[in-house]
Parts: sequence; structure tokens; C-alpha cells
Amino acid sequence: MALILTGLQKTNMLIFTLRRFSLFFFTLLLLTMLSFSLSFLFPGEQLINLTGQISASPEQLAVLADEYQQQSGLLSQYVSYLKHLFQGDMGYSMTSHLPISSEVLNRLPATVELACVALLVAMFVGIPVGFCAAIYHRKAPDNLILTIAMIGYSIPVFWLGILAILVFSIQLGWFPSSGQISLLFEIQHVTGLQLIDILLSDSPYKWQAFQDATRHLILPVIVVALAPATIFMRLARSAMLEVLDTHYIKAAKAKGLTFSQIIYRHAMRNAIIKVIRDIGLQFANLITIAMVTEVIFSWPGIGSWLIESIYQRDYTAIQGGLIVLSSFIFIVHIIIDLVYAALNPLAREPRHGT
Amino acid sequence: MVLSGCDSNEALSLSKKSIIYCSEGPPESFNPQTVSSGTTIDATSHQLYNRLIEFSPVDNAIMPAIAKSWHVTRDGKMITFYLRKDIQFHQTSYFMPTRALNADDVLFSFNRMLDASHKYHPISGGKYPFFQNAQLASLIDNIEKINDHTIRFRLSHSDSSFLANIGGDSAVILSKEYADELVELNAMQEIDMLPIGTGPFKFKQYSSGAFIRYEPHADYWRGKSELKQLVFDITPRDTARLTKLLAGECDVIAYPIAHEKIKQHPNLILESVISFNVGYFGFNTRKPPFNNPLVRKALSYAINKQAILEAVYTGQAEIANGIIPNSSWAYDATITSPDYSIANAQKLLTQAGYGNGFSMDLWAMPVQRSYNPDAITMAKLIQADLQKIGVEVNIVSGYEWSTFLRKVSEGEHQSVLLGWSADNPDPDNFFSSLLSCSSASTGSNRTFWCNKRFDQLIQKALKTNNINKRKAYYSKALRLINEEVPLIPIAHSKRYQARDNSVKGTVLRAIGGVDFNGVTKN
Repeated sequence: MALILTGLQKTNMLIFTLRRFSLFFFTLLLLTMLSFSLSFLFPGEQLINLTGQISASPEQLAVLADEYQQQSGLLSQYVSYLKHLFQGDMGYSMTSHLPISSEVLNRLPATVELACVALLVAMFVGIPVGFCAAIYHRKAPDNLILTIAMIGYSIPVFWLGILAILVFSIQLGWFPSSGQISLLFEIQHVTGLQLIDILLSDSPYKWQAFQDATRHLILPVIVVALAPATIFMRLARSAMLEVLDTHYIKAAKAKGLTFSQIIYRHAMRNAIIKVIRDIGLQFANLITIAMVTEVIFSWPGIGSWLIESIYQRDYTAIQGGLIVLSSFIFIVHIIIDLVYAALNPLAREPRHGT
Repeated sequence: MVLSGCDSNEALSLSKKSIIYCSEGPPESFNPQTVSSGTTIDATSHQLYNRLIEFSPVDNAIMPAIAKSWHVTRDGKMITFYLRKDIQFHQTSYFMPTRALNADDVLFSFNRMLDASHKYHPISGGKYPFFQNAQLASLIDNIEKINDHTIRFRLSHSDSSFLANIGGDSAVILSKEYADELVELNAMQEIDMLPIGTGPFKFKQYSSGAFIRYEPHADYWRGKSELKQLVFDITPRDTARLTKLLAGECDVIAYPIAHEKIKQHPNLILESVISFNVGYFGFNTRKPPFNNPLVRKALSYAINKQAILEAVYTGQAEIANGIIPNSSWAYDATITSPDYSIANAQKLLTQAGYGNGFSMDLWAMPVQRSYNPDAITMAKLIQADLQKIGVEVNIVSGYEWSTFLRKVSEGEHQSVLLGWSADNPDPDNFFSSLLSCSSASTGSNRTFWCNKRFDQLIQKALKTNNINKRKAYYSKALRLINEEVPLIPIAHSKRYQARDNSVKGTVLRAIGGVDFNGVTKN
């Protein structure tokens, strides 16, 4: 399917993009409202919940109250909160006393790394297996794959994580049970993505560090990827079945193309597009799984940080983490939507916009 | 091929010559002068610093360290220390020493704590719990530099625990040259966060709450460590520490669980020392109903210590009859803790006017220490015990360790499960630090109990060098604690540690926690 956009299609694409961005804008606005109202709903003083300055002197608090326009109405308080947010000021963590923004920048890349590698693994395993099931529709391989998918989807992630540690770390000793890399390797924090940072570093133990980081990545990635992979299997299977049922496949068959030509040249591409649409949805699910996995594997990501903040009743961190994590999920969602729309003109029709 | 071969050899030597110690919590500071928590002492005191004198790891006798020798006058009021001349401070990315340690450094380190007008005194909060508890400020009249390598302490009165205190974990020697440089840079608070000492390891990196990285001090006066790195991997969960040990991610772990499993493992070694410590159930005597000694006493009858010993310490401890363990010379076998008796407890409660019971908060510490390996379970057992006399217990847990300590030292609790590990073998260390009036103001007396008679007794005990007289005073003090019950001593435990058998040397000590000096790996 060639990507030649006609004039009409271009306008449609533009409208689609604008619609997505307005949706993004309003969702973010709602999110900030939620986060702002949380500072009132959490126990304790609202200003302190918002800024995280638990040990501030009365004078410092007065300055803060002024900055956040505490004397004015609720609306101007909200606006000044938004201003601080846009300047990247989300207050200070109540436990570590570091700025939330720097904590987030430290932690988010580890989650991005884990989630992206897991997403890739889930796709590269799930989609081909799903296609395979569709090709062998209602035969033994199909049944087997469906069974595996159902089991994989039903296993609770925390149980799987602990089981993986028990078997592969403790019994067999193949993989480490926690962290991103052995603490012995000093890797400079540049991008925050461990594997890339190792390649950028000038450590004499670079290659060893890379191997070590990869070994650390394997178990958490498998645990995170399992459930999304099974979903991709089922999505890919039904997408392929749908495509195989279309007239153009029948036409291709009638033209005498071989089965593999039909699958590789026509069916696969069209089926993949249908799967891509759902990646955005699966991403939110994947991040949730990653949060639990981070806690089990002591992965220094934003998920384990946020869960720890909840334990510590670090209200400022909860508000900041909520905004960052949900914006991150939302941005990925939109990017995938746009990719999907670019690949599939039908999706750009206004009637599909939501 | 050649390159990769070389590469893997080098890397092999990195993990083979480095030790990862999985510790139970993050340090509050890198200067043990400013804190009294065992976690901080473990992480800093013996790795980064030295003291004038230290305790032998073998028999806890005093041995020379920075001071190669010392002399005490007959009246016990003048102590002269002669310093070694070959002690070098750490060279790090943030400080380059230009001279060896001399008397100025010793003077600076003590004056910072003792002299309230010293410019470094208020840095990092201005609290020096151990020194304030030992009341050294009033004990030491002045410290005098005789020459570059001789220093003299003049005491206001003779104090038999003075040398033990000077050798304590908190009496570390800092660099005056570094302090002066920080004054010029206007960064004085860094002295406690970017530490410079004379110890076997130097500070490299601290990732808050995650790990500490130390490197060997090349010019260490006892000889450079063979290790390439010493990493403290901060792992608060005990199951996570065990997992890391079994998976080979840690070489040594603090406070292991599953002792049997470790003993059965061919490559792991379980070690223990009998610690100078006590785990206790303390009452905030400023808050009702615990301002009434009768209520406190009633509760002391209602607690089944034997059950706690079996469930929480798995039998690896002794029942505490007082705050002093029986390995101390001040222990008095005639003092026993109240027998478990619901009837007595009920009677006393009725007498105090709480016959229908009451409800109370019990704060359970969130980390495992040797004196209390599982405070939550202990809290649940106490909850069940007290229910029998109509007292309803709400367990408060879930705070992170440093937050917990801060809130408790501010007196937010009603009662608390905590403990104390002695920093030196002198019995005074238990009395002054746990229950004296001065420690009530610095926050290490979490009961806020302040009894004039008790303070007088422990003062008198310090003023004499006659060990029998001291023992008599301490016996009286112990009896007073038994009558007033500001806290219920629960147990004296053994401290455990597990390690991979490739780690050689003594890591764990009865006094002062862990010490990686001279530890090797092969």
C-alpha cells in the first residue's frame, strides 16, 4: 500500500492531527485540575502538599503563598499552579527534599527503557505467533497458541515476577534479581537509558557493563512483555482472519498467487495496521504492569518511585508523578494514533475521530 | 581477540576484587559525630574515619589508633595523647590534602562538638547525640595543643568512661584543612555530606537511598586495602537482601533471615556476635496515660517476653532483665524483670483508674536491627497480649526509617518499639544515652523520662574509678528503672551477618558494627 496523499487526504490528516492535539490539551487540563484538587484532598496543609516544602520557615512559606497566589481566588491559584508546572516546577519531594522534576528525569528513562524493550519483545513475539495461529485457523497450532495466550494473559504479574526470580536467580543463578546493572560499574547518567549510556561511556569495563546490563534486563522484560504479547497474539490472529476473509485476498487467490505470496505481500501488511491501532491502548496496560514489575525487580524506574511515594505519603511526589506518567502514556498514545492514521487513510475520516 | 581477552580479564578482576555489602538502610549523614543510628555508624565510622583510640576487635580492649600512646595523670583529670605523624587524609575529586594529620585536626574535630560558639557547631543541625548524651561538654574543661603531635584533655572531674567514650564510633577525627577550605568556598554543610577522613576507604559517590561507593585510601596508615571498590547496596527489605545474596549480587548482607537456609548453602557463611544492645518497648512519658508510672508498670506485667523471644528473635536472643546485657560487668543478676501475670497487670490498671482499659498507638520501627529483627510481628504479639487486659493497640508503621526516627525524637508517638546498640563497651553508654535527662532533649531518649535521682546515680557512677562502687550505683539505677518502667526491656540479641565464603577477614564486630578494614576477596 503506497503512501501517496492526495489533497483531500492531506487536509484530513491535518484535521485528524488537530483533533488529537485538542484532545491532548483538554485531557492534560483535566489532569492538572485533578492533581491540583488532590493537594486539597490530601491531609495536611494545601500549600505544603503542593510545594513539598515540609521544613520551610514561616517566612519561606509566606513567600511561597505569595508565589502560588494563596490570597486570591481558586482560579488564580490554579493558574499560578499551571505556570509553575509549565516552568517544570512540580515542587519538592517530601522525603528526599529533591525537586520532583529532577527525580522524574532520573527515574523516567529507566521505565521508558524497560517499557520500550518489553513492547518490542511483545510485538516481535506476539504478532508473528498470532499470524501463525490465523494461518492454521482451527488446527492444532491455533489451539495450542490460543491456550498459551490464555494462560499467559491470566498469570498475575507479581506472581510471575517472583517465580522468575525464584527459578532463574536463586535456583539456577542465571540472571540477577534486582536493579539495572551491577553497582560496581560506574556509568555516567547521560540519557538515562542504561544501554545507551554504557555505549556512550568511556569506562574500561564497557563491554562487561553492557553484558551485565543486558542480563539485568532479561527477566523484567520477559515478565512485562508476557501479558501484552498474548494480547498481540490474539489481536494479530483476529486481524489476520479478518483480512484473509476480504475480497481482495480472494481476488489474489483467484489470480493464482501462491499462499506465501498472499500472506507476505498482501495479508500481513494490512493485518499489521489493524494491530498497530491497539498498541497505544496496550501501552497504558504495559506501563501498569511495568510499575508492579519495577517494584519486584527493584528497577529504578518511575513506577517503583511512585509506589514508594504512596507508601511514604509523599503527596507532592504523587501529584507530580501522576501528571508525568499519564502525560507520557498519553503522548505515546497520540504518536501511535498518528502513525496509524498516516499508514491508514480510512482512520483519518472525521467519523472515526473521538 | 586479544582486546576482548584483556577486557574480560580486567572485568573479572573488578568483581573479584570488589565487595558489595547489602545494608539495611540509608545513612542520615556521612559524619558519625552528628548521628547515633547504627545504620549510619555502620556505613561511615570505620570505613571513612579513625579515632584517637579504638577497640580491639578481639577483646574490646582499648588499643592505639591515631594516638600511638597516651598518659593519664593519677587524679584522672589530665589525659595526654601522642599522635602518629604518618596519617594522611583522603585525596578525592573535591579535596586535595597538603599535609598529614596533626593536633589541629584533633582540636577541630572535638571543638566542633564541644564549643557551641564554634563556626562549625550549628552545621547539620548542631546536634551531636553521643557527645551530648555522654555530657562531654561539661566533662572536658579544655583541650590543649602542646605541640603539633601532642594534645591534652583537661577534665573537670575524673570520669572512668572517658577513654571508652573517646574511642566510641562517633569520636572520629575530621580534617581541619578541608573545613577551612569549605569556609572559603562558602559550602560548610558539605563537610558532613562529602566526607574527608583518614580511614581505610574514601568516599566516591552516594546515590541517595540507593548505594554508596567507596574506594580504598591509597595512603592508609595501616596499609592500603586490596579491594578495588566497596559498595554499600542499600536494600531495606530482608527478603531482597537474602535473594541478592543467593543470586550472587551481594557478597555480604546485614541482618540475614532464613538462617537455616544460609547454613545449608555450601558457599555461604552465617556469622554472629553477641552484641551490646537492647530491644525495648518504650513509653512516651509525656503523653497520657503513660505519664502515670502505674500504667507503665501494669503493661510490663502483661507482656509475654518468652513468646516474643521465640517468634521474633527465633530464640537467637536472651530475655532482657534490664537495659544492660549480662555480658557487661555492670549486670546485676539479682534484678529480674516482672513475671508475666495478667492478674497483676489488671490490678495495677484498676489502681491507676484504667480498669476498663484504653486505646494506644504503638509505633513499630520499619527496619530490621539486630535488637529488633521484626518490629511489626513484635507489635502484633504485644497487641494480642495487651488485648487481654483491655488495652487496644493501634500499630503505627509504614514510615521510612529516617522519617520514623525524626517523628519519634519529636515525641509524636505514644509508645514505640526501638532499641539501642552501644557504641562502646562502657555500661554508661546504655544509661546516659537511653534514659538521662540530657538525652531526652537531644532526642535519643525516646521515652522523655527525666528522673533527677536516676541522673544523680549515673553521674556518681561516672565520678568514681572504683568498679565495685560503679556497679552499686548502676544496680540502683537499674532498680529505679524497674520501678518507674519508662521502658520495658525485651531482649538482648545476637547480631547476624551472612557472607559468601570468598570474602575473608572480620567484618562484623561486637562494638561499632561493620568494619571492612583488612577484608579481602578471592
